[in-house]
Amino acid sequence: MMRFMLLFSRQGKLRLQKWYLATSDKERKKMVRELMQVVLARKPKMCSFLEWRDLKVVYKRYASLYFCCAIEGQDNELITLELIHRYVELLDKYFGSVCELDIIFNFEKAYFILDEFLMGGDVQDTSKKSVLKAIEQADLLQEEMGLA
Amino acid sequence: MPAVSKGDGMRGLAVFISDIRNCKSKEAEIKRINKELANIRSKFKGDKALDGYSKKKYVCKLLFIFLLGHDIDFGHMEAVNLLSSNRYTEKQIGYLFISVLVNSNSELIRLINNAIKNDLASRNPTFMGLALHCIASVGSREMAEAFAGEIPKVLVAGDTMDSVKQSAALCLLRLYRTSPDLVPMGDWTSRVVHLLNDQHLGVVTAATSLITTLAQKNPEEFKTSVSLAVSRLSRIVTSASTDLQDYTYYFVPAPWLSVKLLRLLQCYPPPDPAVRGRLTECLETILNKAQEPPKSKKVQHSNAKNAVLFEAISLIIHHDSEPNLLVRACNQLGQFLQHRETNLRYLALESMCTLASSEFSHEAVKTHIETVINALKTERDVSVRQRAVDLLYAMCDRSNAPQIVAEMLSYLETADYSIREEIVLKVAILAEKYAVDYTWYVDTILNLIRIAGDYVSEEVWYRVIQIVINRDDVQGYAAKTVFEALQAPACHENLVKVGGYILGEFGNLIAGDPRSSPLIQFHLLHSKFHLCSVPTRALLLSTYIKFVNLFPEVKPTIQDVLRSDSQLRNADVELQQRAVEYLRLSTVASTDILATVLEEMPPFPERESSILAKLKKKKGPSTVTDLEDTKRDRSVDVNGGPEPAPASTSAVSTPSPSADLLGLGAAPPAPAGPPPSSGGSGLLVDVFSDSASVVAPLAPGSEDNFARFVCKNNGVLFENQLLQIGLKSEFRQNLGRMFIFYGNKTSTQFLNFTPTLICSDDLQPNLNLQTKPVDPTVEGGAQVQQVVNIECVSDFTEAPVLNIQFRYGGTFQNVSVQLPITLNKFFQPTEMASQDFFQRWKQLSNPQQEVQNIFKAKHPMDTEVTKAKIIGFGSALLEEVDPNPANFVGAGIIHTKTTQIGCLLRLEPNLQAQMYRLTLRTSKEAVSQRLCELLSAQF
Repeated sequence: MMRFMLLFSRQGKLRLQKWYLATSDKERKKMVRELMQVVLARKPKMCSFLEWRDLKVVYKRYASLYFCCAIEGQDNELITLELIHRYVELLDKYFGSVCELDIIFNFEKAYFILDEFLMGGDVQDTSKKSVLKAIEQADLLQEEMGLA
Repeated sequence: MPAVSKGDGMRGLAVFISDIRNCKSKEAEIKRINKELANIRSKFKGDKALDGYSKKKYVCKLLFIFLLGHDIDFGHMEAVNLLSSNRYTEKQIGYLFISVLVNSNSELIRLINNAIKNDLASRNPTFMGLALHCIASVGSREMAEAFAGEIPKVLVAGDTMDSVKQSAALCLLRLYRTSPDLVPMGDWTSRVVHLLNDQHLGVVTAATSLITTLAQKNPEEFKTSVSLAVSRLSRIVTSASTDLQDYTYYFVPAPWLSVKLLRLLQCYPPPDPAVRGRLTECLETILNKAQEPPKSKKVQHSNAKNAVLFEAISLIIHHDSEPNLLVRACNQLGQFLQHRETNLRYLALESMCTLASSEFSHEAVKTHIETVINALKTERDVSVRQRAVDLLYAMCDRSNAPQIVAEMLSYLETADYSIREEIVLKVAILAEKYAVDYTWYVDTILNLIRIAGDYVSEEVWYRVIQIVINRDDVQGYAAKTVFEALQAPACHENLVKVGGYILGEFGNLIAGDPRSSPLIQFHLLHSKFHLCSVPTRALLLSTYIKFVNLFPEVKPTIQDVLRSDSQLRNADVELQQRAVEYLRLSTVASTDILATVLEEMPPFPERESSILAKLKKKKGPSTVTDLEDTKRDRSVDVNGGPEPAPASTSAVSTPSPSADLLGLGAAPPAPAGPPPSSGGSGLLVDVFSDSASVVAPLAPGSEDNFARFVCKNNGVLFENQLLQIGLKSEFRQNLGRMFIFYGNKTSTQFLNFTPTLICSDDLQPNLNLQTKPVDPTVEGGAQVQQVVNIECVSDFTEAPVLNIQFRYGGTFQNVSVQLPITLNKFFQPTEMASQDFFQRWKQLSNPQQEVQNIFKAKHPMDTEVTKAKIIGFGSALLEEVDPNPANFVGAGIIHTKTTQIGCLLRLEPNLQAQMYRLTLRTSKEAVSQRLCELLSAQF
């Protein structure tokens, strides 16, 4: 299972964090700081996987934003890399060519989309249509209720 | 997609975020945040009741502040209030705040649980989804108590919507992970397994994750999932790339689900033949697809395809039973080793590490040695180089050890600091393990000290000293080599330590050469003295007093040194005391007393290598176990030839760090007694004892595993969700030694851990087993080792049973497996010419001496594999003996304590009929019978 997912910028600003295992605030901060340092220090052509503590880290950079997942020893690195890509595709489809600013200003939406896609550290649905349909319905619900 | 109502629902939030982004400095940002926090606090505390919208907005702001890295200590109550709003967006934000910010031990859980209960009962799928998400995010025990009974019902109810089923499956999985005891198994489990057949692939995907985790802990209960998973997988891999519509990802059909199904299958041993055939087809299809031209140039296509491929290879390695698939997997990984994608090279190196431990593919892995060495030299990414080091370590055996050690040493000169220590440990272990020639070992370790002295830990240099002391054939060489190495103007302090110790013990062996006379040796060491730290100086002082005994002619010189103020009045207590005592000793003691007190060090008793222990500590126990298993020497297995001295395999204790070589402060050195023999205090297996508690019946799958060990000596004998049992064994004539490794796979201690060996009444007189009890506590993640000494008294048929009992988290565990000690282990191969063979064959023509079996092939009929198996079985494989080149003949002698039994065998394959005829002829009927049984099961 995935232990956590982080989105952070090239400047080391955390944009999103999702933890799938109970972790204390203090420990979270320490891990985020440590891992960001490791990942930001890596050069472009390097491989997307690394061993970190007792976990495997899979990361990929999209424009100014790093998407970084920590998974367990038995988990599949390549499918995690594509999981990141699918999430980026979902964001892209929803926001219409997504950029870092979209995620900053609409961080709650970024969370909702992630939650439709992953739950408890495992993939809930890999179909782009299903995930987006769920989000669309929620938006619709929001508008209807807004009007009421 | 409708234009998103980004933020215009919450203008205040957007403004606040802009403000923060416009802050010029960290101070300005903190100021702005504090202002906002004060504002929100006053709003929350104010007299005026807030409307839902404002609450939502402020809660959202708090979330944003939290994401910036600030602590949030209020607002939880308001978020909980939002949960009971009937406006969807307010409810949603409330749940988001709680799932991000609420820790599992919050006092609010009861209130939250109430809201969740209402939403679960609402039958509104969107609300139910939110509630399930919240449970999965927080996942506390209290939540498990409240909902673990409810969620399975939601999951298997006929009228539950697919999306809710998916959430329910993963939610239950989360609760099971944190509180397995609270999730009751029941009728629902069988219905969950049938979700693997569900039409909705999203449901299957979520359910597979749940089933995999449940099956790891309750394999029996979820056994039926194997055939369902195989047929599902088969439908996916054979589908056209468009069949699965939205579940096709860049032309790869359902890659996530495929990976999960392959993962689920790794919870089980290879399935029954019927299902197995279908699975093998799937795996072959996956391997074939890797060779097809890509359907898209996009990296996503190849990543998804290869994700499935790597998982399939993991399954093949896990089963470790299909030589063809293993070799194909190895070839595929070999291709990836040279791929232009760094990611694939990394993964191929990683995956090959585990392949190296399989008997069938070890040789195939070894053929890639040059590529791996090249990776070590040319990869630009340190994490890839690290993998290359791991793989070299895993593929090392006696045949390539000199090359691998040399390459690692040369890499060490430029290696990244972060991995130097690990490489040093690995080199030290390999050099020791595969040393045929101990001069090579000594050279290697001295090179290690020269190249990376700072990274050579105490364990490593203690070890070289132990080995030199225990092996008298290398002592002279060691003394000469350290003497030469010390000539360098600047040498590492570790070298001074090793040099000091070795010359102190064995300097006499080179003193005959005028170039290394006692006085020169002394001056050489003493020239380094003042540059060294206190512990090293203390060690050198001991060397000096040893010199006084070895070389009476330098006694006055040494006494002068000891007498000097810088020694006798040294500020360091330890140095001063040694100087005083040694000086006194050299003055008052007679030559005889000196010779007794300063006698050569006795051999060190053998124990587990402290270096290996250190590497395990560095890498975590599980990883090294695998590596350790892989390092067994196959050349010995395969040739069945005489084994080299076993001294290299296990190891020795370490002297204490302050290394009081003489033990002058305490008792005089103990006389060099032999290391305690395991027989002396060994616990005889008492088969007649009826006090033993009830022994569990043999574990399922134990038969299969047993058969796998007939032709090999190492590997995993048993594995369930708690315990892994690995074996390493070696046999020589009628004696053998088996190392049993018990690995605790959990994070919890095993208590009262008691493995017992049981021989039946029939077996007991024929097979002698001796072992010592192991420590009754096995820490979580730890591994303990037990050594069994084996003596074959006379030929035997049955196998001993290993029963293991222990307590795990309050429950009593009882496992029995057959221990693969079979008659053929005591085979010594015999080479003979065709003429001799047939002459003996005729001599054994008495009907009782021959046993024949005609049987159907259970595995693909591959000549090379068959040869390897016959050799693994222990007999010699005689080439050009049988007039029909397709037949195999073998010969060997079974050694027992009482007698030796010559054995001849002939295996005639019939490819068309897919049958074999196996004929055994020996001088003893029971032996023919047993060997025929054992060998027939292998093809």
